[in-house]
Amino acid sequence: MNNYMKLELAAIGENESFARSAVAAFALFLNPSLTELSDIKTAVSEAVTNCIVHAYRQGKEGDKIVIECRACLCPDALHGTLHIEITDYGCGIDDLERAIAPFYTTLGDEERSGMGFTIMQTFMDDFSVESERGRGTKVKMVKKIGIEAADEVEKRANA
Amino acid sequence: MKIYASYADSVLYIRLDGEMDEHNAAAARREADKLADGYAHSSRVIFDLKNVTFMDSTGIGFLIGRYKKFLRLGVPSYITNPTPSTDKILLMSGVYTLMPKV
Ligand SMILES: Nc1ncnc2c1ncn2[C@@H]1O[C@H](COP(=O)(O)OP(=O)(O)O)[C@@H](O)[C@H]1O
Ligand SMILES: [Mg+2]
Repeated sequence: MNNYMKLELAAIGENESFARSAVAAFALFLNPSLTELSDIKTAVSEAVTNCIVHAYRQGKEGDKIVIECRACLCPDALHGTLHIEITDYGCGIDDLERAIAPFYTTLGDEERSGMGFTIMQTFMDDFSVESERGRGTKVKMVKKIGIEAADEVEKRANA
Repeated sequence: MKIYASYADSVLYIRLDGEMDEHNAAAARREADKLADGYAHSSRVIFDLKNVTFMDSTGIGFLIGRYKKFLRLGVPSYITNPTPSTDKILLMSGVYTLMPKV
């Protein structure tokens, strides 16, 4: 069974908490574990915060973030896949390879750690970024849900 | 995010309560730095994270920033009671090499 949602929201700090909670609520459709849910919230928070603090550095009326989620639940209802795309129309990233590297940040004096992309990569099962200078950035992430639970059932069935 | 402080036997405890993200870090930063100036005579400061219900990489910047602030005042920093998801972020970013877990 497939599910879909699209969310368009103002790129303001007040929406960081709303954005991660909204995606987490949508993900409940896939019966995730608490750990999986917390991984999703953290990764979404990283991507959305980057739109607000980096993409729209100057911050003006009309700056927007688009979040699209596709969920696919397997017939056994024990596992599924969540695809998340987070898009901004801000300044873009010149050197993607450098931006993704752990501890790289262009805002060190504001106590940014440079670990945002690294967290998205390690907390999700698949991760990629597309960006164009002056046009914006799109982060795509995939989380597989219920892998542990499905393994457990299989193990018991085989025992 | 709320910040609670207590002081006993020359140890300053700073307990963080709630969600730590970029939007609410600024207020937490101001309050923690005020505590640092007020308790510069402490032998050490322990950040208690048991009530942190959410944290992203903002927490790394926040904790390292406070570590540096306290270090300038001669006070070493420690971390206690991280939840599993907070622990994962602090481990992968090497925060415990500066602020040991106690
Ligand atoms: N959406 C974005 N638009 C423009 N630049 C970005 C975006 N996301 C990330 N960046 C750039 O990539 C760098 C690394 O991002 P990240 O790993 O999240 O670390 P941090 O946010 O702590 O700087 C940022 O410092 C910024 O220069
Ligand atoms: Mg970031």
